[in-house]
Amino acid sequence: MGKLSPRHAVVDSNMCVACGTCADVCPTGAMEIVSGVFAKPTEEKCVGCGICAKECPASAIRVEVRS
Amino acid sequence: MKKQQRHWYHYLWIWSIIYFSLGFVNILFAWLGLISFCLPLIFAIGGGNKLFCNRYCDRGQFLRVMGSQVGLSLRREMPDWMKGKAFRYGFMVFFFAMFFNIIYVSWLVGSEIQGIQEAVTVLWTFQLPWNWTYSAGITPWVAQFAFGLYSLMLTSEIIAIAAMLIYKPRSWCVFCPMGTLTQTICKAKYVPTTI
Ligand code: SF4
Ligand code: SF4
Ligand code: SF4
Repeated sequence: MGKLSPRHAVVDSNMCVACGTCADVCPTGAMEIVSGVFAKPTEEKCVGCGICAKECPASAIRVEVRS
Repeated sequence: MKKQQRHWYHYLWIWSIIYFSLGFVNILFAWLGLISFCLPLIFAIGGGNKLFCNRYCDRGQFLRVMGSQVGLSLRREMPDWMKGKAFRYGFMVFFFAMFFNIIYVSWLVGSEIQGIQEAVTVLWTFQLPWNWTYSAGITPWVAQFAFGLYSLMLTSEIIAIAAMLIYKPRSWCVFCPMGTLTQTICKAKYVPTTI
């Protein structure tokens, strides 16, 4: 396993409408829509680029420093 | 960055253009709009997922293509109230009330209580003449339902395009009645798994 990126995407599941836009645009295929309810990034795949956050129509994604 | 692989379903946005064009020629094609009502429900009820939204929805793709690829979107931030549950659920209830009203009016026409209206009503207000798409001989309630469904599809497409132009490309998906309904069904079916 490679090293995790310093930043990653965090989804607010209350705001997420599970439209799948983030999964569509994520260049690493990290985003997954869990059972049609909310989006969730696979931590190992997310590089924190923020492309998903820019496209999310519900503003449900923030890119944060990994804790 | 890795270029995403294209699949056949990435081109389903073309269906949006075909659908509205067909309804301009013959209103009976409007019945095909029921596909957009049935498929998301089949995925949500049968599979407990939003695969229709996530992969197969022509409208979602059309908004992405026009907003992102063609670059028509101003990408403003949507106001919070539009993303809120009250607006999303309220709009869903209103939209489906309008859908059931179409069925009711078709029933009135079928029962000969009311005559057919050969018009498309946009935004529940403006009546556009559409009579060239209808020829006598078609069962009146069948044509009435087609006019009603086409009106609803066109109205929602106009709102979706307006939202795409002003806000982010797929902003319509935040308050799309089908999207809200299928997410509600998926939530009801969702059993969280422990990791
Ligand atoms: S784009 Fe936003 S609203 Fe849509 S699935 Fe992703 S996180 Fe949820
Ligand atoms: S931040 Fe980048 S890599 Fe991570 S989920 Fe979003 S688009 Fe994918
Ligand atoms: S939310 Fe509505 S428009 Fe958006 S992808 Fe789903 S069904 Fe299509």
